[in-house]
Amino acid sequence: MQQIFNFVFKNSYRLLFLLLLGISLVFTVQSHSFHKSKVISSANFLSGGVYEQINSVNEYFSLKGKNEALAFENARLKAILYNQQDTSKIPELDTIKGVKKINIIVSKVIRNSYQSPENYITINSGSKQGLKTDMGVVNDLGIIGIIENISENYATIQSILNLKSKINAKIKKSNHFGTLIWNAKNTGFAQLIEVPRLAAIRKGDTVVTGADSRIFPENIGIGTIDNIYTDNETNYYTLNIRLFNDMTNLGHVYIIKSKEKEEVMKLEAITKKDE
Amino acid sequence: MLSNIARFFLLLAAQILVFNNMSFFGYLNPYPYVLFILLFPVNGNRFSLLLASFALGIIMDIFCNSGGVHTTACIALAYLRPNFFKFSFGVSYEYQTIRINDKLTPERFSFILSTITVHHAILFILESFRINYIFETFFKIILSSIFTILLVILIIYLFKPNKR
Repeated sequence: MQQIFNFVFKNSYRLLFLLLLGISLVFTVQSHSFHKSKVISSANFLSGGVYEQINSVNEYFSLKGKNEALAFENARLKAILYNQQDTSKIPELDTIKGVKKINIIVSKVIRNSYQSPENYITINSGSKQGLKTDMGVVNDLGIIGIIENISENYATIQSILNLKSKINAKIKKSNHFGTLIWNAKNTGFAQLIEVPRLAAIRKGDTVVTGADSRIFPENIGIGTIDNIYTDNETNYYTLNIRLFNDMTNLGHVYIIKSKEKEEVMKLEAITKKDE
Repeated sequence: MLSNIARFFLLLAAQILVFNNMSFFGYLNPYPYVLFILLFPVNGNRFSLLLASFALGIIMDIFCNSGGVHTTACIALAYLRPNFFKFSFGVSYEYQTIRINDKLTPERFSFILSTITVHHAILFILESFRINYIFETFFKIILSSIFTILLVILIIYLFKPNKR
């Protein structure tokens, strides 16, 4: 017994180091291997509060650009409104196709990262505003990411610029499906993989979200095809997609609450049980 | 003691407010917050250094959303620090009065170079965590280390305490 105590006492420094190393390695491995449930995230009141303060100052520097973007979006919406058959009827749909207005929550990015291979965005709304994990996040130009962690007032988004991100997407013209990933190289581009060779595609074709995704409604813009690579071993194309969004400059975002998602999930769970 | 606590918070604030937003070439960030571990007194309490490094790393991880990579790199650096002293200043470093916070000599430069490179190597290897990005990771380690070393030397010269 005394020897054990002696050992612990003599090596206490090393043991403390190993303990701390163990804790930090567990955090590291966890953040890489699990899709969700990160222990440490910036969706908490301390870092969320700090980032909100920083953002309230930073916002002033981009006011002009943001105003221009808003005016542009307004003009587009007005164009839709005035081209309606019956102008007295307010259109039921918002800018995002297939989603009713009440199902959209507006929020603001208070921190954006794009340097590391696994990027996360922090926004200033959380469970109080009705956010849940796995909701899709978009803005007026296209998709941004998927909600990962939530606290009372803040939430973190897994950006599409994240090696873990996998989003179902399709080519608008031909309806061929693929998976949208990111190769951690350029913030302006994402990659669409597993597109069948049968698909007739050309440079400049638009890529939108697919119907298979339960997180995003169909037909939300992603980007245009910039390069086409063929894989000799498999019968698939790999496409380089130029994103509509400048992921390094994000302001207001919309969170999509999809009612169909829960229904579809429930249905699929029942189907699987029956098999 | 007081200066160490002040340094801890000042470096952390500077890192989060300024240096994390630099993104040189779109993806390079310097990490001069490690200066806290480098400037900790040579004969100071090693337990408190280890625990302070852990706190430093975990706060960085919370703000960077990076899991535990900063924490691991920081405590590894704090644990290995005596070896770097031995490497740069000779075996009997404990009996000299080492001041990192002073004019740049070859010994001091080798100390800064080796510690920061090792810290960044651990940081970026754990961050990418994938073997197929090994070249990008290496590239990032080298460029980011150069960036941090330049900034660290600048900071040391700017805040060099007056000798009088």
